[in-house]
Parts: sequence; structure tokens; C-alpha cells
Amino acid sequence: MSEQSVSRRDILRTLAIGAAGGSVLQVIPVKAAEFAHQAVHNEKSASMAGKYAPKYFSAHQYEMLTNLCDTIIPRDETSGGAVEAGAPEFIDLLTSENEEFQVTLGGGLQWLDNTCTDRYSNLYLDCTPEQRKEILDLIAYRKNAKKDPSLSQGVAFFAYLRKFTCDGFYTSKIGIADLQYIGNTSLREFPGCPPLPEA
Amino acid sequence: MSQVIRSPKMYDVCVIGSGAGGGTAAKILTEGGLNVVLLEAGPQVFPEKDYKMLMWPYELPHRGIGVGGRAAENFGEFLAPNGAWNIEGEPYTSAPGANFKWFRSRIVGGRTNHWGRIALRFAPIDFKSGTRDGLGDDWPITYDDLAPYYDKVESYIGVFGTRENVSSAPDGIFLPPPKPRCTDLLFKKACDKLGITCIPSRLAILTKSVNGRLPCHYCGQCGRGCVTASNFSSSQVMIPPAMKTGKLTMVTGAMAREVLMGQDGKAQGVAYIDKATRTEKRVNARAVVLAASACESARLLLNSKSAQFPNGLANSSGAVGRYLTDSVGSDGWGIVPALEKMPPHNHDGTGGMHMYIPWWKFDRKNDFPRGYHIEIGGGREMPGVGEFDYLCDEEEGYGASLKKRARQTYGTGIGMSGRGEMIPNPDTYCEIDSNVVDQWGIPVLRFHFKWSEYELRQAKDMQETFRAVIEAAGGEYKTKTSIDGQYPFGILEGGKIIHEVGTARMGADPKSSVLNGYCQAHDVKNVFVVDGAPLVTNPDKNPTLTIMALAWRASEYLLDAAKKGEL
Repeated sequence: MSEQSVSRRDILRTLAIGAAGGSVLQVIPVKAAEFAHQAVHNEKSASMAGKYAPKYFSAHQYEMLTNLCDTIIPRDETSGGAVEAGAPEFIDLLTSENEEFQVTLGGGLQWLDNTCTDRYSNLYLDCTPEQRKEILDLIAYRKNAKKDPSLSQGVAFFAYLRKFTCDGFYTSKIGIADLQYIGNTSLREFPGCPPLPEA
Repeated sequence: MSQVIRSPKMYDVCVIGSGAGGGTAAKILTEGGLNVVLLEAGPQVFPEKDYKMLMWPYELPHRGIGVGGRAAENFGEFLAPNGAWNIEGEPYTSAPGANFKWFRSRIVGGRTNHWGRIALRFAPIDFKSGTRDGLGDDWPITYDDLAPYYDKVESYIGVFGTRENVSSAPDGIFLPPPKPRCTDLLFKKACDKLGITCIPSRLAILTKSVNGRLPCHYCGQCGRGCVTASNFSSSQVMIPPAMKTGKLTMVTGAMAREVLMGQDGKAQGVAYIDKATRTEKRVNARAVVLAASACESARLLLNSKSAQFPNGLANSSGAVGRYLTDSVGSDGWGIVPALEKMPPHNHDGTGGMHMYIPWWKFDRKNDFPRGYHIEIGGGREMPGVGEFDYLCDEEEGYGASLKKRARQTYGTGIGMSGRGEMIPNPDTYCEIDSNVVDQWGIPVLRFHFKWSEYELRQAKDMQETFRAVIEAAGGEYKTKTSIDGQYPFGILEGGKIIHEVGTARMGADPKSSVLNGYCQAHDVKNVFVVDGAPLVTNPDKNPTLTIMALAWRASEYLLDAAKKGEL
């Protein structure tokens, strides 16, 4: 990850040198370095995967959250999954700061455990892979709640978590690479639209 | 009550606010030789530190949406700093049902740090709207009066565009436009099919070096602020040359409270709260130029009461705070599957659209007055929070299939924003709230706001056009709006487009206007207003370029008066 920052710092420095001659921005170099330094710091603190101590969720709930994130966006042949991308940390951080998230996600995880206990006599994480798939397949679609209203809170919770997990994954370095986004860089010329493939 | 500290120094001019209008005034006045004191309510801005140019979402722990996700409503963490719909300790109120949103940026450069850089001239017909359709009033000046100043502003700040000879969107002095993005090309093709005009946009972004400012490096992030000043902001382009004259004294953290009047019926200075010490201070000046933003300047005038002006300074007409408008705004988007075939490529370009639809139906009868333009967005932009909200909502599910669909649909969305002209109406204005003060003890504004049928029909037309263009591009229009509810036809709350203007309008008749054609108060000759407040109408061309042209013209007029010893 720090490679990215180095390259941004280089970009800023290059721009700054270019800007110095006759420009209104005489003060860039020192400030640019400071800016990059701060960014590296933020980045490092954001990426302490593995050693992360949850700010809001209990150890049990955080384990559930991590498991669910991994199920929502798993590793595949193209890229790593949501857990590798830091989605659980991101979700925990935001939840620790927002009461609405605490109720929806914290309560939702509890709902999932309660429901699994009712159905399978086990907490979600202690269920068999088949049981877990069965309940997730139920709460992953709104239409199921229409048929069985007792699922509606679970559907609402899962919709929330699905969006959060996507946000965590697709704003991460590996998620952005998965989409093959190219940019956020300095170009001398903008090349415009490449030739459209033959229809 | 703390002691009022009086500075004995007499400045030629006190400018209040350092955004588009105030920055322009500061530059022109100091370069003309006047000593100017500039009061700015916010802090200094340090682009290299404050702007988040080239930062990735994962470099911020909150990935761009801020603590508790709450920055999302203020455009996220990446936007250039110190702007918000709500500022702690500085409230405003809305009359029941008004729900007006007021975006303020307390920082040197104001909202020009983050603005969309859309730099469109008003058209000749826009200055004669009242005569044209009988709604509202004409301006006291014509396009020809302002054209030389549009020239000056464009030449100085740098605006790209092309000469198109579209009567609703006059050509200017343009730098070359950037090449179109794929979304632009597809959009343009669809517009051609429908007979809709679609032309290169006009943005205050450098495609060539101007006055030592580097050309754009095409990171697509103008809204975050540009470390190389390759786009226009007042903080980087207007304030530095003013500073260089040695004639500008900038006071930051200075919240103007009242324009002070002398016995001779002229303004003699400004009282402000020094935010750092919470003490009241004052500056003396031979002229006062208000550029605090349309509503903030109206507030300041209304709060500047004296025996001569019991209803507020320069308000013998009662027009201060009235004639408030914002742009009509309705947005939409669709998925265009043809974009799935595009190989991954750099789509960033400049900040904002490379092409747009200027108002094109000016030659026919419509069921609403005036017009609107359409801005285009979407495509393979840098992913951010919310990127796949629609996919999650629409397709649901989870796992490998969700991931695969995200990959497939990424970059296939095209967004459109309609921005149109609102007609001033008697139910839309701001006034002083008699019960509420801000943390500086200054009475706050209370807003009244109402869209009329005109605006609703315009929003309806926008939605129909969005759908038609997306469908002509072989896509599926996704936005759903209805005729009623909180947002009929997707029309956003008043203020949401951040084009609020008109609250100290200019006019030929002092009985119905605050300022003359030079932005000079009818009632007090040494008071000028050079932000969005003087605008008589709010055409579908975003106001910033016109604010700067008017400010430039007013400043030259003021300079001339100073040279004649009339200050």
C-alpha cells in the first residue's frame, strides 16, 4: 500500500517543481511532503488487518461480521475478497460512530443468531455451511420477506450489510483493481475515448 | 460585553468575502492602487495540505464518507474544505414548508475551492426576460455592457470551450476543449438522433498554461481543489495577485456583523466579530463592497439598521432578501449496456463534463418559461462509497455472482443533471429571524421558499429528456420520479443546486431594486454588492462567471470614482 503513496508524493513533487516557475504557488514542496506523510500515516492506520481490535462489535459479533463480509464478496480467481479489502474494519469503525448503524447492524447480527437458534438450534457461526447458505439465501431477497414476513427484519439487515460490504470492498485497493479502474494519476494529455470494439 | 477595538487606520475599500466576487474585487481594486482590507469569515486555505487531490478512498479510514458516514451529505470528505449545509453554531431557519438548504463555505476562496467550474455566459435575451415573456423584470444592463467583462474574466481565469454559435449559450474566449470521453460520445450520438444540441462544455479549467498556472493533469477531481491551480479558484487565482500588490490586508476569521454608517449618509466601515478572540472589532473604509454570498450579504444589509435605514442598509425599496431564486435541479441516470464493451481505460479527464446540452428549445413553444441545460456524468469514474447501491438494490443476492455483476456494470452508468431557470416569486425570500442569533450574536436568516408550476413543469421536461436520451443510446433509464411527494419530478429542495441569487438585485428603478447597474447601492453610493445578490434573473447558466464579470465591472467603476475623488 505504501507504494501508492510514494507514487502520489512523487507526482505532487513533480507538479510542484513544474509549478514553481512564475506560479502563484511557491510554497508547495514542503507542504506537499507533509501532505503525503499524513496520507501514508492514515493509510497505515487503516490497513492494520489481522491485528484490528474492533471498536464497536463484540469479539463474537465481529467474527460473524467478518464471516458475512467474506460470504458477500468472496475471493475469486480475479481478486481477493471483502475481508482482505478491510471491509470489516471499515464497517466497525463507522458503526462505532453512528447509533443508527449500531441498531441496524448490531441488532441485525443478533437477529441472525436468534433466528439460527430457532431454526437450527445453533448460533450462526456454529451452523453447518448448508444451514448458513439456507438462511442467507432467504434474507438476501426481498421477495422472500413477502412470502414470510418473519424474515423482513433479516432482509433489511442483509441489504444494509451488503451495501456496506460493497462500499468497503470497492473503495479498497484490491476492489478498485478488480474493477480495472485506471486513473487518479497525472497525465500530460487526456487521450479521450479509445476506439469502440466492433459491435 | 467585551471592549470594542477600534483601528485608527482608514482603508480605501473594505471587501467582505473572498469568493468569486470578493476575490475579483480585491484583485481589481488593489491592482488599481487602492488599499483594501478583506474580511473573510473562515480560515486561510493551504491547497497543498487541505486539498485531497490524487488521494485514494482507502487512504482515509472512512473511505470518503467521514465520521459515522455523516460527511456523505456534504459531498463527502474529498471535496475542497470548509463547506457544509449546516455549520455548527451558525444556524439558519426555514418557514414551515420551505425546507431551504443553504450551503456555505467559510474559507478563503469560499465556494470557488470546490465549485463545478462550469463557466457559462448569460445570453443577450437573458437580460431582457421580462420584456420577452412578461415574467419578472429586465436587467438595467445589457449583454453588450457585460460582454467586455466576460472577455476579461475568461481571458484571465482560463475557460475551455468551442465556438458554436448557439444563441442561448454565447461563445466566449476559449482554450481548446479536452477530448470527449466515451460517455460523451455515446450521449452526443443519442442527442444527434433526437435533434438535441450537444456541444463541448465550458469549464474554468486550463487545457493550456495561463499566467504561469500549469495546464490540467486530467485527474478528474476539480471538486477536491487543485494543488497546481489548473482550475479556477479565487483563493489561488484572484487573491495571490491582490496580495502581490502589497495593498491587500486580509483578515481571516472575521465574521462581518454590520456595515457602519456615518452622519453624512455614507458607510464608514464594518463591524466584525474576530472569531478567535470573540471580540468585536471594526475597520474603517471609504467604501464597502459586500461579497459574502447572496444571502449572507442580504443578511448583513438587513442587520445594518440605522436611523436612516430602519429596515436595513440600502433597503428603502424593501427588496433586500426578496427575489431569491435557486436553479431548478432534477437529476437522473441510466445504464447503457454498450459501455460494457469498452476496454478498461483512463476516463478521468477534467473535473466535470466534457460535453453538455445547452438550452436548445428556445425556438419553440414549451409549457414552461425559460430553459435549462443538461450536464453529463458517469462512466469509468474512480469508484467510491455507494458505487453499487443500485446493483445491491436491484439484483440483491451475494457472493461470486454479485462480484461478477459489479465488474460487468461498472462504468456503464450515465448520469444527467438538469439545471434550469426559476422565476422569482413572492413566496420565496429571506428575512431576519427575530428569535434566533448565531454563536457570534448575529441575527440569522429565515428562509421562505416555494417552487411554482413553472419550475415543476420544467423538471418534468428534464426527466422526459433524460429518459429519451438514455433510450436513444440503447440504455435503460433508471430514475423513478412521480408527480407528487417531496420531490415532484425529482426537483430538489431550494438551495440544493447552490445557485442562490437575487437578494439585492440591481434595477433601473430604486423603488424596486437595491443596486444600480454597477452593483452600487441606490441609497448609499459607497456601498456595493458583488456576489450573486445583484442578479436580476437566474438563467440556466450557472452564476459564477457572471458574478465575476459583474464584480470586475463594478470594481472598475469604483476605481474610477476613487480617481475622481468621489469616495
